[in-house]
Formats: sequence, structure tokens, C-alpha cells
Amino acid sequence: MTGKIQNRESFLNNIASQLGRDRLKEPVKRPDWKYAPQDKVLTGATEDDLVEVLKAHCEKINTTVITTTKAGLSDALNEAVKNYGGGPVVTWKDERFTHWGLHDLFNNEWSVQGIDYHEWDYTTGDDNIQLAEQANVGITISEYTLAESATVVLFSGKDRGRTVSFLPKTYIALVPKSSIVPRMTQAARKMRELHLDGKTVPACVNFISGPSNSADIELQLVVGVHGPFKATYILIDDL
Amino acid sequence: MPMKIGNENFSERVGKGISNSFMRGAVAGAQDSIGARRLLAVEELGNWEEWRSHGEEIRQHVLENLDYYLEQLSENIAKRGGNVYFAATPEEANDYIREVIQKKHAKKVVKSKSMVTEEINLNANLEELGCEVIETDLGEYILQVDDHDPPSHIVAPALHKNREQVRDVFTEKLGYKKSSDPTELAQHAREMLRQDYLTADVGITGCNFAVAETGSFALVTNEGNADLVTSLPKTQITVMGMERLVPTFEELEVLVSMLTRSAVGQKLPSYVTVLTGPKEAQDVDGPEEFHLVIVDNGRSKILGTEFQSVLQCIRCAACVNACPVYRHVGGHSYGSIYSGPIGAVLSPLLGGYDDYKELPYASTLCGACSEVCPVKIPLHELLHKHRQVIVEKEGRAPVSEKLLMKAFGLGAASPTLYRWGSKLAPSAMNPFTSEDKISKGPGPLKAWTDIRDFPAPNKERFRDWYNNREKGESKS
Repeated sequence: MTGKIQNRESFLNNIASQLGRDRLKEPVKRPDWKYAPQDKVLTGATEDDLVEVLKAHCEKINTTVITTTKAGLSDALNEAVKNYGGGPVVTWKDERFTHWGLHDLFNNEWSVQGIDYHEWDYTTGDDNIQLAEQANVGITISEYTLAESATVVLFSGKDRGRTVSFLPKTYIALVPKSSIVPRMTQAARKMRELHLDGKTVPACVNFISGPSNSADIELQLVVGVHGPFKATYILIDDL
Repeated sequence: MPMKIGNENFSERVGKGISNSFMRGAVAGAQDSIGARRLLAVEELGNWEEWRSHGEEIRQHVLENLDYYLEQLSENIAKRGGNVYFAATPEEANDYIREVIQKKHAKKVVKSKSMVTEEINLNANLEELGCEVIETDLGEYILQVDDHDPPSHIVAPALHKNREQVRDVFTEKLGYKKSSDPTELAQHAREMLRQDYLTADVGITGCNFAVAETGSFALVTNEGNADLVTSLPKTQITVMGMERLVPTFEELEVLVSMLTRSAVGQKLPSYVTVLTGPKEAQDVDGPEEFHLVIVDNGRSKILGTEFQSVLQCIRCAACVNACPVYRHVGGHSYGSIYSGPIGAVLSPLLGGYDDYKELPYASTLCGACSEVCPVKIPLHELLHKHRQVIVEKEGRAPVSEKLLMKAFGLGAASPTLYRWGSKLAPSAMNPFTSEDKISKGPGPLKAWTDIRDFPAPNKERFRDWYNNREKGESKS
């Protein structure tokens, strides 16, 4: 459904007249910018270099990095969840978890271990939010991962709730090595390509770098304000 | 609160600031630590000047084509099912938002930090409707709980409070029983606010940057409060200053990177969130209804004038953190929610010279602000321009400057008077002088010597020294 636009013409006419000209009717061409400093960051870095940059920055933002392979992922994730004190766990509903061999951990092993597990399911509506709010660990998957700032990028969707990464006490992101790019520049370009290719940009794209924090009281860093207290990235080397 | 804070005059405000030694220590410490982090973060890039030039060219291009980009933005938001309202005045913005709130029968509103909603005094307007309005940024929350204490810094609003003061406020107002440890204080705020997010009817945010090409906008926080504000309530209202947009995601990325490096020395903060329209049909979280309110409130009057470049501002507060005057007088002295050099340029433009004519004089014109500005706003030149306008067009220099100039004019106009004055000065100042310093000056000197010493007039006048030197008699 198309939204309403109100009060626009007089508002924009006034802007044009302040600028001393008529309203622009032809599309403005995006300029060829004179400068492009963003292209010079981490140019020539190999995939392995970028992994090192990512790991080094994780230390600065209170984020744990675990490196594993597809074969070792189930054990590594189980270990990480136990380190955070176990369940309840909430995850997106995402086929990639199954492709990466996590079906058994989620649906069998955790119930044996007494770890409550909830998979986001849009058909049950707001119950998902209640469960995420009570969860100890939220687990999601990074679409692009920015080496420079140790940032995971998440796309929302019907089975990919936004709050899985915010409401639980701790947060784990799964990071395929192939998702790593130098910086936000590359992710922004890919998002723009989605749009230019006629695809829908997700309603919410989260760029997350470590746990929630604040320095609003005497500039002292406090980790864990409104979002998670702790964050772990599990880097999957052969994906 | 509206843009203007308090009813005291400029010198009363400055007097309070100067004598608040905790605040001055906190501001100096904050300037030093944030300043050092900023420097590290920008130097690490190796080509910061090129980034600044790029930031500037993006912002200038947007301002020159502002009507086009705002039209494109509104079309693309509508396509995604969002509503857009263009508000020329604070009244229009408040009326529209009140209407949305009333239609929803909303009782509770959660907000993430937004300067433009302060500017239009939105909270008070919604409270009049009987709505509970809750600020969720930790700093803003502290100020709100403390009977709406005004913010003193654009990025760190509660900078003027120490941890004991925060504890006392929480104890008195929220029944808090723990220590003044910031971690425990923040934990308490978390528990209080978590329930509010889950039960709020409407979420209200500001807008760091909107993206015209896709109808998106970005919010930048470290706490994650904006994410809960925009994913839990069923209705979302976002308020933006009309100049805060970029053409595409590619420019968004550049400006977000520059904003966070300049503001706090971070490569990126914990959360950058890019939102496009309301939630999609099958999404569970996210708003069902989305409204963007685009506010002019005096900005268009700045377009096409010699002050246009101030609209390039991305609200990083690097200029505030670099300013030697802000360091000593603190944020409340500016009498505006916009403090520091950017506040001294912007407040008179948005709020008029009646309330803010002194601010352009609260500067040494040292240029530190212009040097750190990520989008190359020539702030100190704009302060100088304000002074020219105030004196030449408005004919109203501040009283102190007028008196001084009048006295100097009178004294300097007649050689006899001048000779008499400069001869008299050492003895006239004698009662106030110790060790060649004046610490408690009389009359117009008082304002200066309240803050620092003034060198006592030399016992030997330059004219006498020169004459004596010519005669070969001078001692020095």
C-alpha cells in the first residue's frame, strides 16, 4: 500500500526559491565525485589479511572470535552457548543452519542437554518477541562482515526477526569467511546493487559491532545497556 | 524542551558555568579523551583531508539540490508504504505527530535521542495529551528523570553530571538502592526501560541520515536503544531536519564513517541501523505504520545565504570537543540545545539574534572548530560573519563591546585624554594589583578577571619608554 505525502509542494517550492531558482524537474545525476578516499582502505588485502584485521578489532570492542570449520561448527557453537550459561536460545529460521550441519544440535542435542531452544516462526507472531526477551542467547547470520570495524551485517525478514540480536542477554553471530569485505563501503555498494537490480532492500539492515555499550556516565565504558552484554563471532573458515 | 534553555541572560549563564568546578573538570577531561580518540581514529586513515573534502562535496551537492532529493526521498518512502509529512514550522510538526498519537490512542511513547525533536519541543507537546514520553538513551534518560535537566553536549548530553549526582537522582526518583558505579546505574536503567519498550504504543526517533534513492534512513547508537524503539512499538514516527539526507547508500556509508570517527573516535559504533519503510507484510517485529516528519523550522531561510554551509553539519560535535571557550563555560552557557561553535553559529540563525546575539562573541576565532569539522564548515568564519551582521546590519553590538569601543574612541580621539589615561592607568589600577597581575579588576575588567588574571599596566608607558630610549636613559 502506498503511503501518504502531505504538505510537500509549498515546502519544496520554498526551498527552490531560497536557492534562487525554479524547482528541479529533471532527475539529478549522481555526480562523479572528485574524491574517493573510501576505496583506499585495506586495498590489496587478502582474505586472510582481512581476517586478521577483523580479529584485532574484535579485541578492542569486547567481542570474542572463535574460528572453526563447517565440520566443527556444531561443537563450537554448542561450546559458545554453554560458555554463556546455556539456554534459552533463540535463532532465526534459516536454511543455512541446516546446510551447515546444525539441525541435530538445535533439535535434538540441546533438548538432551536441557537447553531450551526457539526457532523464530512468523506464524506465531508476537510470541517470538516474548521468547526472545526471555532468551539468554540469540543467534543470527552475517550477510557481509566488515573487517575494518569488526561488524556483522544482518538482513531482516519474515523468519529473521530483528530482535533476536537485541533482546537476549548475549549474542552470537555466525560469520562465513566468504562474507568478509574490507569495510562498510563494499556492503553499501552491494545493498545499492540490490535496489538497482529491482530487488527489495530489507526493511531493516543492522550493522552490529560487538555488544551494546554506553559512556554516558562520566565517559566510563559500560558494556550491556539496552542490548546484549556479550558478543561472540564464530568464523567459519571453509564457507 | 525547546531549543532555548532557561531564562537567564548570557552573563548569568556563563557565571554559573565558570563557577561549576565539577562541570569544568568533566568537560576538560571529556574534550581531552574524546579529542585524543578522534585524532587517533582520523589519523589511522592516513588521508583524512581527502575524506573531509569528500564529505564536503557530498553535503554541498545535497544542499544545492535539496528540493530534488527530498522529493525523491518522499516518493520512495511512500512506495514502501510509509507516510511523509513536510512541516514548515514546529507547530505543524507537533500537530501532525499529535494527530497520529491520538488516532492510535497511544498512552506510552518511547524515544531515542533526537536533537530536532528537542528543537520543536515535542515531548512537552505529547505530555499535554496525557502521553507518557520516555527517553531511552542513557544520558537523555538521566536528564529526563532529573526533572528535565537540559543537555549540555550534543553527543554526551549528561556530561555535566557526576556519578554521585546520577545515583542521587535515581535514588530519589526511581527508588534505586545501589551504588554510584556506572555499571550498576546503567543496569537499573536497562531494567526500567526494558518494560517500557515492550509496552509502548509508539516509538519516536530522530534521523542521522536519510537516503533519497531508496527511501531509507540510518540511526547510529552504541546502546541499541534505537533498535528496540524501532522494532517493538507498532507505530513509528521519525523526525528529521530537512537537510539530513544523502543521495544513495554509497554516500550514507561515507558520512556514517566520518560521523562516528569525529564524534567519539570509533570506526563504527555498536549499532548502525538502516530502516526502509514499515515492516514487510510477514515480518513479526518492526512497526506496522511508519511516519517520517521532515522539519524546516528556519533552515530554509539559511539556504542561499552566506551561512548556507552550516547546513552541511552532521552533528558530530567534534567542534564542541575542540573549542577552548566551551571547555571553560560548558554547554548550558549557550542557552540553546546546540552548544559549542556549531551552536554559536546555528542558534542565532534558527532562534534569532534577540536570544543569541552574544553567542558569536563566545569565541576566540582560533579556528580549532573549522579544523576538526569533518565536512569543512568554516565555523570560525561564520562566527565572524555573524559579528559583522550584528554590528553592521542589526546595529547592535553587545553592550560591553559598545562601551569599550566608545571609551576607547573617546580616549583615543584626543591626544590629551589618551596621554592622561595611559599615565593614570598604573595608579588607578594600583589597589587591584599584586605581583604585576590584576586578579580582581573593577568595572569592565571584572568579567575578565573573574576567570583569569590581567597583566597590570606597565609603570613606564611605551611613550615614556620610547622617549627615554631615544635619550639613552631607558632601564629596559
